[in-house]
Amino acid sequence: MNKDNTFIYALGGEIDHHCAVKIRHELDGMILEERPQVLIFDFSNVRFMDSSGIGLVLGRYRLMATLGGKVIVNGSSKEIARIFKMSGVDKIVEIN
Amino acid sequence: MNKLNMFRLTVPALSRNEAFCRSTAIAFAAQADPTIEEIADIKTIMSEAVTNCIVHAYKDEPLLKNRVIYITGVQLEDNTFKFTVKDKGCGISDIKQAMQPLFTTDAENERSGMGLPIMQAFSDKLKITSSPGKGTTVTFVKRIGGRNEK
Repeated sequence: MNKDNTFIYALGGEIDHHCAVKIRHELDGMILEERPQVLIFDFSNVRFMDSSGIGLVLGRYRLMATLGGKVIVNGSSKEIARIFKMSGVDKIVEIN
Repeated sequence: MNKLNMFRLTVPALSRNEAFCRSTAIAFAAQADPTIEEIADIKTIMSEAVTNCIVHAYKDEPLLKNRVIYITGVQLEDNTFKFTVKDKGCGISDIKQAMQPLFTTDAENERSGMGLPIMQAFSDKLKITSSPGKGTTVTFVKRIGGRNEK
């Protein structure tokens, strides 16, 4: 976490239901402890994502909203951005 | 149309097999030299279908030996690939409702309700047959190289 109270979480590999469960637990623990203002998901090194990624981002959006913070997604590939757009997540979370 | 090739894959419904199943599907389709987008489509559909077996179909089945996912892939002469993903789980009582974007029976575990709509959007054809209490079979078709001819 940097001095602006921004937390950058870098994801890698493939995001599916199997790994989303683990990421979610790890991340929620950190959010509740550190209380960042902004949570940035860095998708630059993510090769694949299915709909589990939608739940992952949406769930953190909800948690961050209850704490008065926001979520941003950076580095999403064309394929990943397409999945976020289909679900409408891009209407509430900035997807870059 | 003649079949060029086929495979069968039977795996226990464990979440660690999600990656294995989608990797197998794209390894099979690689024979037809798919584009990056076609690979992503097949990979995503297979991942969603297998996840559904694990998360939904077998959610109330305690015995691992009864939680089995049966996958087949067929390559036809025109480079159309037909995959089936079958389970012997709880079945879907209302398929039309299940197909609705954002409809989910498992919001608690952050299932987004986008699995089936994504599968439909990414495939050339998607068919779901299901009997409550008996199981579900998802069949999807993906044509490789189709868009180059348009």
